[in-house]
Amino acid sequence: MSAIIQHLANALSVGSLYALMAIGYTMVYGVLRLINFAHGEIFMMAMYIVFFGLTMFLMPWYVSFIVAILLTAALGVAAERLAYRPLRDAPRISILISAIAVSYFLQNLATVLFGGRPLTFPQVPLFTSMIDVGGARISRLLILTPAVTAILLIALQYLLKRTKTGMAMRAVARDYDAARLMGVDLNRTIAMTFFIGSSLAGVGAIMWGMKYPQIIPTVGAMPGVKCFIAAVLGGIGSVAGAVVGGLALGIAEVLIVAAAPALAGYRDAFAFVLLIIVLLVKPTGLLGEKTTEKV
Amino acid sequence: MRLEIQDLRVSYGGIRALKGVSLTVSEGSVVTLIGANGAGKSTALRAISGLLKPDSGRIVYNGEDILGLAAKEIVRRGVVMAPEGRRVFPDMTVRENLLIGAYLRNDKAGVEKDLRYVMELFPRLSERTWQMAGTLSGGEQQMLAVGRALMAKPKLLMMDEPSLGLAPLVVKDIFAIIRRVNQDGITILLIEQNANASLRVADYGYVLETGSIVLEGNGRALLENPSIQEAYLGRRRNRKTEPAKYEVSMNSD
Repeated sequence: MSAIIQHLANALSVGSLYALMAIGYTMVYGVLRLINFAHGEIFMMAMYIVFFGLTMFLMPWYVSFIVAILLTAALGVAAERLAYRPLRDAPRISILISAIAVSYFLQNLATVLFGGRPLTFPQVPLFTSMIDVGGARISRLLILTPAVTAILLIALQYLLKRTKTGMAMRAVARDYDAARLMGVDLNRTIAMTFFIGSSLAGVGAIMWGMKYPQIIPTVGAMPGVKCFIAAVLGGIGSVAGAVVGGLALGIAEVLIVAAAPALAGYRDAFAFVLLIIVLLVKPTGLLGEKTTEKV
Repeated sequence: MRLEIQDLRVSYGGIRALKGVSLTVSEGSVVTLIGANGAGKSTALRAISGLLKPDSGRIVYNGEDILGLAAKEIVRRGVVMAPEGRRVFPDMTVRENLLIGAYLRNDKAGVEKDLRYVMELFPRLSERTWQMAGTLSGGEQQMLAVGRALMAKPKLLMMDEPSLGLAPLVVKDIFAIIRRVNQDGITILLIEQNANASLRVADYGYVLETGSIVLEGNGRALLENPSIQEAYLGRRRNRKTEPAKYEVSMNSD
Protein backbone atom coordinates (compact mmCIF):
# COMPACT_ATOMS: atom_id res chain seq x y z
CA MET A 1 0.00 0.00 0.00
CA SER A 2 2.65 2.48 1.02
CA ALA A 3 4.56 1.65 -2.15
CA ILE A 4 1.49 2.40 -4.23
CA ILE A 5 1.00 5.77 -2.53
CA GLN A 6 4.64 6.55 -3.12
CA HIS A 7 4.44 5.70 -6.79
CA LEU A 8 1.22 7.63 -7.30
CA ALA A 9 2.54 10.72 -5.55
CA ASN A 10 5.71 10.51 -7.58
CA ALA A 11 3.80 10.04 -10.82
CA LEU A 12 1.60 13.04 -10.12
CA SER A 13 4.52 15.30 -9.27
CA VAL A 14 6.54 14.29 -12.35
CA GLY A 15 3.42 14.80 -14.44
CA SER A 16 2.87 18.26 -12.93
CA LEU A 17 6.44 19.29 -13.73
CA TYR A 18 6.03 18.16 -17.33
CA ALA A 19 2.74 20.04 -17.53
CA LEU A 20 4.29 23.30 -16.29
CA MET A 21 6.98 23.18 -18.89
CA ALA A 22 4.75 21.92 -21.70
CA ILE A 23 2.60 25.03 -21.26
CA GLY A 24 5.58 27.16 -22.31
CA TYR A 25 5.92 25.20 -25.55
CA THR A 26 2.26 25.32 -26.33
CA MET A 27 1.78 29.03 -25.60
CA VAL A 28 4.72 30.07 -27.74
CA TYR A 29 3.54 27.75 -30.48
CA GLY A 30 0.14 29.40 -30.19
CA VAL A 31 1.37 32.92 -30.92
CA LEU A 32 4.38 32.24 -33.18
CA ARG A 33 3.78 28.75 -34.63
CA LEU A 34 7.28 28.07 -33.37
CA ILE A 35 8.63 25.15 -31.37
CA ASN A 36 10.85 27.05 -28.98
CA PHE A 37 13.75 24.63 -28.75
CA ALA A 38 15.47 26.94 -26.28
CA HIS A 39 12.78 26.31 -23.68
CA GLY A 40 14.77 23.49 -22.05
CA GLU A 41 17.81 25.75 -21.76
CA ILE A 42 15.76 28.49 -20.16
CA PHE A 43 14.72 25.87 -17.64
CA MET A 44 18.39 24.95 -17.11
CA MET A 45 19.35 28.58 -16.52
CA ALA A 46 16.72 28.84 -13.82
CA MET A 47 18.37 25.99 -11.93
CA TYR A 48 21.77 27.70 -12.06
CA ILE A 49 20.29 31.01 -10.95
CA VAL A 50 18.72 29.38 -7.89
CA PHE A 51 21.97 27.57 -7.15
CA PHE A 52 24.03 30.75 -7.17
CA GLY A 53 21.36 32.72 -5.39
CA LEU A 54 21.39 30.28 -2.50
CA THR A 55 25.05 29.32 -2.32
CA MET A 56 26.92 32.40 -3.51
CA PHE A 57 24.62 35.27 -2.63
CA LEU A 58 23.19 33.49 0.41
CA MET A 59 19.67 34.67 -0.32
CA PRO A 60 16.77 33.26 1.66
CA TRP A 61 15.11 30.53 -0.41
CA TYR A 62 12.04 32.57 -1.30
CA VAL A 63 14.13 35.50 -2.51
CA SER A 64 16.28 33.28 -4.66
CA PHE A 65 13.20 31.55 -6.08
CA ILE A 66 11.57 34.85 -7.01
CA VAL A 67 14.79 36.21 -8.48
CA ALA A 68 15.23 33.02 -10.50
CA ILE A 69 11.69 33.08 -11.82
CA LEU A 70 11.95 36.74 -12.84
CA LEU A 71 15.37 36.36 -14.45
CA THR A 72 14.21 33.26 -16.29
CA ALA A 73 11.19 35.13 -17.59
CA ALA A 74 13.45 38.00 -18.66
CA LEU A 75 15.73 35.53 -20.43
CA GLY A 76 12.78 34.12 -22.38
CA VAL A 77 11.67 37.63 -23.36
CA ALA A 78 15.23 38.51 -24.39
CA ALA A 79 15.49 35.40 -26.57
CA GLU A 80 12.29 36.41 -28.33
CA ARG A 81 13.42 40.00 -28.75
CA LEU A 82 16.89 39.18 -30.09
CA ALA A 83 16.49 35.89 -31.91
CA TYR A 84 12.85 35.49 -32.95
CA ARG A 85 11.32 38.93 -33.47
CA PRO A 86 13.76 39.95 -36.24
CA LEU A 87 12.73 36.78 -38.10
CA ARG A 88 8.99 37.08 -37.65
CA ASP A 89 8.34 37.71 -41.33
CA ALA A 90 11.00 35.26 -42.50
CA PRO A 91 10.14 31.70 -43.59
CA ARG A 92 9.22 29.63 -40.59
CA ILE A 93 12.24 27.36 -40.94
CA SER A 94 14.54 30.33 -40.22
CA ILE A 95 13.01 31.06 -36.85
CA LEU A 96 13.10 27.35 -35.99
CA ILE A 97 16.81 27.25 -36.76
CA SER A 98 17.22 30.38 -34.70
CA ALA A 99 15.54 28.62 -31.76
CA ILE A 100 17.95 25.69 -32.07
CA ALA A 101 20.82 28.19 -32.14
CA VAL A 102 19.58 29.89 -28.96
CA SER A 103 19.38 26.48 -27.33
CA TYR A 104 23.01 25.61 -28.14
CA PHE A 105 24.13 29.12 -27.32
CA LEU A 106 22.67 28.94 -23.83
CA GLN A 107 24.11 25.47 -23.20
CA ASN A 108 27.55 26.65 -24.18
CA LEU A 109 27.18 29.91 -22.32
CA ALA A 110 26.38 27.92 -19.19
CA THR A 111 29.44 25.72 -19.77
CA VAL A 112 31.67 28.78 -20.09
CA LEU A 113 30.16 30.64 -17.15
CA PHE A 114 29.51 27.82 -14.70
CA GLY A 115 31.77 25.02 -15.94
CA GLY A 116 30.76 21.54 -17.00
CA ARG A 117 31.18 19.98 -13.57
CA PRO A 118 27.89 18.87 -12.03
CA LEU A 119 26.66 21.11 -9.22
CA THR A 120 24.25 19.97 -6.57
CA PHE A 121 20.98 21.81 -6.27
CA PRO A 122 20.70 23.07 -2.69
CA GLN A 123 18.07 21.41 -0.55
CA VAL A 124 15.41 23.56 1.06
CA PRO A 125 14.21 21.54 4.07
CA LEU A 126 10.77 23.13 4.04
CA PHE A 127 10.17 21.42 0.71
CA THR A 128 12.28 18.29 0.91
CA SER A 129 11.66 16.99 4.42
CA MET A 130 9.77 13.72 4.67
CA ILE A 131 6.19 13.38 5.85
CA ASP A 132 3.84 10.47 6.49
CA VAL A 133 0.94 9.96 4.12
CA GLY A 134 -1.18 6.87 4.70
CA GLY A 135 1.78 4.97 6.14
CA ALA A 136 4.11 5.94 3.30
CA ARG A 137 7.05 8.25 3.93
CA ILE A 138 7.28 10.67 1.07
CA SER A 139 8.97 13.97 0.45
CA ARG A 140 6.81 17.04 0.96
CA LEU A 141 7.80 18.01 -2.52
CA LEU A 142 5.62 15.26 -3.97
CA ILE A 143 2.59 16.95 -2.43
CA LEU A 144 3.70 20.52 -3.03
CA THR A 145 4.54 20.12 -6.71
CA PRO A 146 1.01 19.20 -7.86
CA ALA A 147 -0.44 21.80 -5.49
CA VAL A 148 1.74 24.63 -6.82
CA THR A 149 1.03 23.48 -10.38
CA ALA A 150 -2.71 23.51 -9.74
CA ILE A 151 -2.57 27.04 -8.34
CA LEU A 152 -0.54 28.28 -11.29
CA LEU A 153 -2.92 26.63 -13.75
CA ILE A 154 -5.90 28.32 -12.16
CA ALA A 155 -4.09 31.65 -12.27
CA LEU A 156 -3.15 31.09 -15.91
CA GLN A 157 -6.71 30.15 -16.80
CA TYR A 158 -7.94 33.31 -15.12
CA LEU A 159 -5.40 35.36 -17.03
CA LEU A 160 -6.31 33.83 -20.38
CA LYS A 161 -10.08 33.99 -19.96
CA ARG A 162 -10.71 37.02 -17.83
CA THR A 163 -8.08 39.64 -18.53
CA LYS A 164 -7.46 41.87 -21.51
CA THR A 165 -3.91 40.58 -21.81
CA GLY A 166 -5.17 37.02 -21.96
CA MET A 167 -7.78 37.87 -24.54
CA ALA A 168 -5.13 39.62 -26.60
CA MET A 169 -2.97 36.48 -26.44
CA ARG A 170 -5.80 34.31 -27.65
CA ALA A 171 -6.60 36.79 -30.39
CA VAL A 172 -2.96 36.96 -31.53
CA ALA A 173 -2.76 33.17 -31.50
CA ARG A 174 -5.67 33.08 -33.91
CA ASP A 175 -5.17 35.99 -36.28
CA TYR A 176 -2.37 38.58 -36.21
CA ASP A 177 -4.00 41.14 -38.47
CA ALA A 178 -7.45 40.94 -36.94
CA ALA A 179 -5.85 41.40 -33.51
CA ARG A 180 -3.87 44.42 -34.72
CA LEU A 181 -7.02 45.93 -36.16
CA MET A 182 -8.51 45.85 -32.67
CA GLY A 183 -5.52 47.82 -31.38
CA VAL A 184 -3.64 44.86 -29.88
CA ASP A 185 0.11 45.44 -29.69
CA LEU A 186 1.58 42.34 -31.32
CA ASN A 187 5.10 42.72 -29.95
CA ARG A 188 3.98 43.32 -26.40
CA THR A 189 1.55 40.42 -26.46
CA ILE A 190 4.13 38.01 -27.84
CA ALA A 191 6.70 39.20 -25.29
CA MET A 192 4.12 38.63 -22.56
CA THR A 193 3.59 35.09 -23.80
CA PHE A 194 7.31 34.40 -23.50
CA PHE A 195 7.34 36.00 -20.06
CA ILE A 196 4.61 33.70 -18.78
CA GLY A 197 5.87 30.55 -20.48
CA SER A 198 9.42 31.12 -19.23
CA SER A 199 8.39 31.95 -15.69
CA LEU A 200 6.40 28.69 -15.53
CA ALA A 201 9.53 26.90 -16.75
CA GLY A 202 11.38 28.68 -13.93
CA VAL A 203 8.94 27.38 -11.33
CA GLY A 204 9.21 23.93 -12.87
CA ALA A 205 13.00 24.10 -12.76
CA ILE A 206 13.04 24.91 -9.05
CA MET A 207 10.87 21.95 -8.19
CA TRP A 208 12.75 19.76 -10.64
CA GLY A 209 16.03 20.73 -9.00
CA MET A 210 14.80 19.75 -5.57
CA LYS A 211 13.65 16.41 -6.96
CA TYR A 212 16.64 15.66 -9.21
CA PRO A 213 19.39 17.80 -7.67
CA GLN A 214 22.14 17.50 -10.28
CA ILE A 215 22.82 20.61 -12.39
CA ILE A 216 24.86 20.44 -15.59
CA PRO A 217 24.61 22.67 -18.70
CA THR A 218 22.63 19.99 -20.55
CA VAL A 219 20.23 19.33 -17.70
CA GLY A 220 17.40 21.04 -19.56
CA ALA A 221 17.74 19.02 -22.75
CA MET A 222 15.87 15.86 -21.75
CA PRO A 223 13.04 17.55 -19.83
CA GLY A 224 12.82 20.00 -22.73
CA VAL A 225 12.33 17.29 -25.30
CA LYS A 226 9.94 15.36 -23.11
CA CYS A 227 7.77 18.36 -22.41
CA PHE A 228 7.72 19.16 -26.08
CA ILE A 229 6.44 15.60 -26.58
CA ALA A 230 3.90 16.17 -23.82
CA ALA A 231 2.68 19.29 -25.58
CA VAL A 232 2.36 17.41 -28.88
CA LEU A 233 0.58 14.56 -27.11
CA GLY A 234 -1.96 16.97 -25.65
CA GLY A 235 -2.31 18.90 -28.88
CA ILE A 236 0.15 21.71 -29.43
CA GLY A 237 -1.40 25.16 -29.22
CA SER A 238 -3.84 24.11 -26.50
CA VAL A 239 -3.04 24.99 -22.88
CA ALA A 240 -5.43 22.37 -21.55
CA GLY A 241 -3.80 19.90 -23.92
CA ALA A 242 -0.34 20.68 -22.54
CA VAL A 243 -1.56 19.97 -19.01
CA VAL A 244 -3.24 16.72 -20.02
CA GLY A 245 -0.23 15.69 -22.10
CA GLY A 246 2.25 16.54 -19.35
CA LEU A 247 0.31 14.69 -16.68
CA ALA A 248 -0.28 11.70 -18.95
CA LEU A 249 3.37 11.42 -19.94
CA GLY A 250 4.69 11.84 -16.39
CA ILE A 251 2.23 9.44 -14.84
CA ALA A 252 2.70 6.83 -17.56
CA GLU A 253 6.48 7.01 -17.29
CA VAL A 254 6.57 6.55 -13.54
CA LEU A 255 3.88 3.89 -13.36
CA ILE A 256 5.31 1.79 -16.20
CA VAL A 257 8.67 1.70 -14.46
CA ALA A 258 6.95 0.96 -11.13
CA ALA A 259 5.00 -1.92 -12.63
CA ALA A 260 7.94 -3.35 -14.54
CA PRO A 261 11.22 -2.29 -12.87
CA ALA A 262 13.15 -4.18 -15.55
CA LEU A 263 12.13 -1.42 -17.97
CA ALA A 264 13.66 1.34 -15.83
CA GLY A 265 16.52 1.79 -18.27
CA TYR A 266 14.04 2.50 -21.05
CA ARG A 267 12.24 5.24 -19.16
CA ASP A 268 13.44 8.05 -21.42
CA ALA A 269 12.81 6.01 -24.55
CA PHE A 270 9.18 5.66 -23.62
CA ALA A 271 8.44 9.31 -24.39
CA PHE A 272 9.88 9.00 -27.87
CA VAL A 273 7.90 5.86 -28.65
CA LEU A 274 4.83 7.75 -27.51
CA LEU A 275 5.71 10.66 -29.81
CA ILE A 276 5.97 8.33 -32.80
CA ILE A 277 2.63 6.75 -31.96
CA VAL A 278 0.91 10.12 -31.54
CA LEU A 279 2.28 11.41 -34.82
CA LEU A 280 1.14 8.27 -36.61
CA VAL A 281 -2.28 7.91 -35.03
CA LYS A 282 -3.45 11.39 -34.05
CA PRO A 283 -1.04 14.12 -35.15
CA THR A 284 -3.24 16.88 -33.73
CA GLY A 285 -2.90 15.38 -30.24
CA LEU A 286 -5.58 14.68 -27.69
CA LEU A 287 -7.07 18.18 -27.51
CA GLY A 288 -5.39 19.75 -30.52
CA GLU A 289 -6.79 22.37 -32.86
CA LYS A 290 -8.60 20.82 -35.75
CA THR A 291 -7.83 23.72 -38.02
CA THR A 292 -4.99 23.75 -40.45
CA GLU A 293 -2.09 26.14 -40.10
CA LYS A 294 -2.92 29.78 -40.43
CA VAL A 295 -1.49 31.48 -43.46
CA MET B 1 -13.44 64.40 -38.94
CA ARG B 2 -11.91 64.32 -42.36
CA LEU B 3 -9.72 61.77 -44.05
CA GLU B 4 -7.66 62.85 -46.97
CA ILE B 5 -5.46 60.52 -48.92
CA GLN B 6 -2.96 62.08 -51.24
CA ASP B 7 -1.05 60.26 -53.94
CA LEU B 8 -0.83 56.99 -52.05
CA ARG B 9 1.54 54.46 -53.56
CA VAL B 10 1.91 50.91 -52.26
CA SER B 11 3.78 47.96 -53.66
CA TYR B 12 3.96 44.34 -52.64
CA GLY B 13 7.02 42.38 -53.61
CA GLY B 14 7.70 44.40 -56.74
CA ILE B 15 4.07 44.70 -57.84
CA ARG B 16 2.63 48.18 -57.64
CA ALA B 17 -0.77 47.71 -56.06
CA LEU B 18 -1.64 51.40 -55.70
CA LYS B 19 -0.23 53.89 -58.18
CA GLY B 20 -1.01 57.24 -56.67
CA VAL B 21 -4.50 57.16 -55.19
CA SER B 22 -6.09 60.33 -53.81
CA LEU B 23 -9.45 60.43 -52.15
CA THR B 24 -11.34 62.35 -49.50
CA VAL B 25 -13.83 61.17 -46.91
CA SER B 26 -15.64 64.04 -45.27
CA GLU B 27 -17.41 64.09 -41.94
CA GLY B 28 -20.66 62.17 -41.69
CA SER B 29 -20.61 60.77 -45.20
CA VAL B 30 -20.64 57.29 -46.66
CA VAL B 31 -17.92 56.98 -49.24
CA THR B 32 -17.48 53.87 -51.30
CA LEU B 33 -14.55 52.57 -53.22
CA ILE B 34 -15.62 50.14 -55.90
CA GLY B 35 -13.63 48.11 -58.34
CA ALA B 36 -12.94 44.60 -59.52
CA ASN B 37 -11.05 41.98 -57.59
CA GLY B 38 -7.38 42.94 -57.45
CA ALA B 39 -7.96 46.61 -58.24
CA GLY B 40 -6.25 47.55 -54.95
CA LYS B 41 -9.26 48.31 -52.77
CA SER B 42 -8.19 46.19 -49.83
CA THR B 43 -4.64 47.44 -50.16
CA ALA B 44 -5.90 50.99 -49.70
CA LEU B 45 -7.76 50.10 -46.50
CA ARG B 46 -4.86 48.06 -45.15
CA ALA B 47 -2.57 51.03 -45.73
CA ILE B 48 -4.94 53.41 -43.93
CA SER B 49 -5.28 51.09 -40.94
CA GLY B 50 -1.53 50.70 -40.61
CA LEU B 51 -1.29 47.02 -41.52
CA LEU B 52 1.10 47.74 -44.35
CA LYS B 53 3.60 50.42 -45.15
CA PRO B 54 3.00 52.53 -48.25
CA ASP B 55 5.94 53.60 -50.43
CA SER B 56 4.86 57.21 -50.51
CA GLY B 57 1.93 59.55 -50.16
CA ARG B 58 0.07 61.11 -47.29
CA ILE B 59 -2.84 59.90 -45.20
CA VAL B 60 -4.11 62.96 -43.39
CA TYR B 61 -6.69 62.42 -40.69
CA ASN B 62 -8.02 65.50 -38.92
CA GLY B 63 -5.01 67.42 -40.10
CA GLU B 64 -2.49 64.87 -38.86
CA ASP B 65 -0.47 62.63 -41.16
CA ILE B 66 -1.15 59.14 -39.78
CA LEU B 67 0.86 57.31 -42.41
CA GLY B 68 3.43 55.10 -40.74
CA LEU B 69 1.73 55.03 -37.35
CA ALA B 70 1.27 51.65 -35.66
CA ALA B 71 -2.11 50.01 -36.21
CA LYS B 72 -3.10 50.54 -32.58
CA GLU B 73 -2.39 54.26 -32.78
CA ILE B 74 -4.72 54.50 -35.74
CA VAL B 75 -7.43 52.60 -33.88
CA ARG B 76 -6.89 54.94 -30.93
CA ARG B 77 -7.61 57.91 -33.18
CA GLY B 78 -10.96 56.41 -34.13
CA VAL B 79 -10.18 54.88 -37.52
CA VAL B 80 -11.32 51.26 -37.31
CA MET B 81 -11.66 48.54 -39.90
CA ALA B 82 -13.97 45.55 -40.19
CA PRO B 83 -11.74 43.39 -42.37
CA GLU B 84 -12.55 41.37 -45.43
CA GLY B 85 -13.72 37.86 -44.68
CA ARG B 86 -15.00 38.99 -41.26
CA ARG B 87 -12.03 37.54 -39.38
CA VAL B 88 -13.89 37.12 -36.11
CA PHE B 89 -12.05 35.07 -33.49
CA PRO B 90 -13.76 31.69 -33.90
CA ASP B 91 -12.78 30.19 -30.55
CA MET B 92 -13.93 33.16 -28.54
CA THR B 93 -17.51 33.82 -27.59
CA VAL B 94 -19.56 36.53 -29.24
CA ARG B 95 -19.20 38.61 -26.10
CA GLU B 96 -15.43 38.19 -26.00
CA ASN B 97 -15.19 39.16 -29.64
CA LEU B 98 -17.08 42.35 -28.89
CA LEU B 99 -14.99 43.06 -25.80
CA ILE B 100 -11.74 42.70 -27.67
CA GLY B 101 -13.06 45.35 -30.02
CA ALA B 102 -12.91 47.64 -27.00
CA TYR B 103 -9.33 46.55 -26.24
CA LEU B 104 -7.89 50.07 -26.13
CA ARG B 105 -10.72 51.57 -24.13
CA ASN B 106 -10.69 51.95 -20.38
CA ASP B 107 -14.06 53.59 -19.84
CA LYS B 108 -16.01 50.65 -18.44
CA ALA B 109 -19.35 52.46 -18.46
CA GLY B 110 -18.88 53.56 -22.06
CA VAL B 111 -17.98 50.03 -23.12
CA GLU B 112 -21.12 48.66 -21.44
CA LYS B 113 -23.18 51.29 -23.16
CA ASP B 114 -21.73 50.47 -26.56
CA LEU B 115 -22.24 46.77 -25.88
CA ARG B 116 -25.94 47.51 -25.44
CA TYR B 117 -25.90 49.62 -28.60
CA VAL B 118 -24.39 46.77 -30.61
CA MET B 119 -26.86 44.27 -29.15
CA GLU B 120 -29.71 46.54 -30.07
CA LEU B 121 -28.28 46.94 -33.56
CA PHE B 122 -27.88 43.18 -33.98
CA PRO B 123 -30.54 41.34 -31.97
CA ARG B 124 -29.28 38.06 -33.44
CA LEU B 125 -26.02 38.56 -31.58
CA SER B 126 -27.70 39.29 -28.27
CA GLU B 127 -29.33 35.86 -28.44
CA ARG B 128 -25.91 34.30 -28.93
CA THR B 129 -23.70 36.13 -26.47
CA TRP B 130 -22.09 32.98 -25.08
CA GLN B 131 -21.84 31.10 -28.35
CA MET B 132 -18.45 30.59 -29.97
CA ALA B 133 -18.08 32.96 -32.91
CA GLY B 134 -16.92 30.08 -35.12
CA THR B 135 -20.35 28.47 -34.85
CA LEU B 136 -22.20 31.52 -36.21
CA SER B 137 -23.51 31.70 -39.75
CA GLY B 138 -21.71 33.85 -42.29
CA GLY B 139 -24.19 36.70 -41.90
CA GLU B 140 -24.00 36.59 -38.12
CA GLN B 141 -20.22 36.61 -38.30
CA GLN B 142 -20.35 39.69 -40.51
CA MET B 143 -22.62 41.39 -37.99
CA LEU B 144 -20.19 40.41 -35.26
CA ALA B 145 -17.27 41.83 -37.25
CA VAL B 146 -19.11 45.13 -37.64
CA GLY B 147 -20.18 45.08 -33.99
CA ARG B 148 -16.62 44.37 -32.90
CA ALA B 149 -15.36 47.33 -34.91
CA LEU B 150 -18.08 49.54 -33.43
CA MET B 151 -16.92 48.58 -29.94
CA ALA B 152 -13.69 50.45 -30.66
CA LYS B 153 -15.81 53.61 -30.82
CA PRO B 154 -14.87 54.56 -34.37
CA LYS B 155 -15.29 57.99 -35.86
CA LEU B 156 -14.46 56.50 -39.23
CA LEU B 157 -15.54 52.91 -39.82
CA MET B 158 -13.93 51.18 -42.77
CA MET B 159 -15.60 48.06 -44.11
CA ASP B 160 -13.93 45.70 -46.50
CA GLU B 161 -16.45 43.73 -48.58
CA PRO B 162 -19.09 43.30 -45.89
CA SER B 163 -21.46 41.59 -48.33
CA LEU B 164 -18.96 39.06 -49.62
CA GLY B 165 -20.36 35.55 -49.76
CA LEU B 166 -23.63 36.40 -48.04
CA ALA B 167 -27.17 35.54 -49.13
CA PRO B 168 -29.05 38.43 -50.83
CA LEU B 169 -31.42 38.91 -47.90
CA VAL B 170 -28.53 39.15 -45.47
CA VAL B 171 -26.79 41.60 -47.80
CA LYS B 172 -29.85 43.78 -47.56
CA ASP B 173 -29.65 43.69 -43.76
CA ILE B 174 -25.99 44.62 -43.82
CA PHE B 175 -26.61 47.66 -46.02
CA ALA B 176 -29.48 48.72 -43.79
CA ILE B 177 -27.09 48.55 -40.85
CA ILE B 178 -24.52 50.64 -42.72
CA ARG B 179 -27.16 53.32 -43.21
CA ARG B 180 -28.22 53.17 -39.59
CA VAL B 181 -24.67 53.38 -38.24
CA ASN B 182 -24.02 56.35 -40.50
CA GLN B 183 -27.16 58.07 -39.23
CA ASP B 184 -25.83 57.55 -35.72
CA GLY B 185 -22.92 59.77 -36.64
CA ILE B 186 -20.19 57.44 -37.82
CA THR B 187 -18.47 58.23 -41.08
CA ILE B 188 -18.10 55.23 -43.36
CA LEU B 189 -15.59 54.18 -45.97
CA LEU B 190 -16.97 51.14 -47.72
CA ILE B 191 -15.26 48.81 -50.13
CA GLU B 192 -17.47 46.67 -52.28
CA GLN B 193 -17.63 44.53 -55.35
CA ASN B 194 -21.38 44.84 -55.10
CA ALA B 195 -21.27 48.22 -56.85
CA ASN B 196 -25.01 48.55 -57.17
CA ALA B 197 -25.82 48.25 -53.48
CA SER B 198 -22.85 50.29 -52.31
CA LEU B 199 -23.43 53.18 -54.72
CA ARG B 200 -27.03 53.32 -53.57
CA VAL B 201 -26.00 53.77 -49.96
CA ALA B 202 -23.03 56.06 -50.67
CA ASP B 203 -22.89 59.84 -50.81
CA TYR B 204 -19.77 59.73 -52.89
CA GLY B 205 -17.95 57.01 -54.79
CA TYR B 206 -14.57 56.30 -56.29
CA VAL B 207 -13.85 53.70 -58.94
CA LEU B 208 -10.52 51.97 -58.65
CA GLU B 209 -8.98 50.11 -61.56
CA THR B 210 -5.58 48.41 -61.33
CA GLY B 211 -4.32 50.74 -58.67
CA SER B 212 -5.62 54.07 -59.92
CA ILE B 213 -8.82 56.03 -59.42
CA VAL B 214 -10.45 56.22 -62.84
CA LEU B 215 -13.73 57.87 -61.93
CA GLU B 216 -15.38 59.60 -59.04
CA GLY B 217 -18.65 61.32 -58.31
CA ASN B 218 -21.67 61.21 -56.06
CA GLY B 219 -23.33 57.84 -55.70
CA ARG B 220 -26.37 58.61 -57.82
CA ALA B 221 -24.28 60.02 -60.67
CA LEU B 222 -22.00 56.99 -60.73
CA LEU B 223 -24.98 54.66 -60.75
CA GLU B 224 -26.21 56.37 -63.87
CA ASN B 225 -22.84 56.64 -65.54
CA PRO B 226 -22.87 54.49 -68.69
CA SER B 227 -19.35 53.18 -68.33
CA ILE B 228 -20.02 52.13 -64.73
CA GLN B 229 -23.24 50.48 -65.76
CA GLU B 230 -21.40 48.49 -68.36
CA ALA B 231 -18.39 47.55 -66.28
CA TYR B 232 -19.91 47.00 -62.83
CA LEU B 233 -23.67 46.97 -63.01
CA GLY B 234 -24.80 45.74 -66.43
CA ARG B 235 -23.63 42.21 -66.04
CA ARG B 236 -24.39 41.87 -62.40
CA ARG B 237 -26.92 39.12 -62.90
CA ASN B 238 -24.38 36.65 -64.16
CA ARG B 239 -21.39 38.14 -62.49
CA LYS B 240 -19.16 35.47 -61.10
CA THR B 241 -19.98 35.09 -57.43
CA GLU B 242 -17.10 35.00 -55.07
CA PRO B 243 -16.79 31.70 -53.18
CA ALA B 244 -17.02 32.18 -49.42
CA LYS B 245 -13.45 31.21 -48.87
CA TYR B 246 -13.32 32.05 -45.18
CA GLU B 247 -16.54 30.34 -44.30
CA VAL B 248 -15.06 26.87 -44.53
CA SER B 249 -12.02 27.47 -42.39
CA MET B 250 -13.91 29.40 -39.75
CA ASN B 251 -16.73 26.96 -39.29
CA SER B 252 -14.39 24.02 -39.06
CA ASP B 253 -13.14 25.20 -35.71
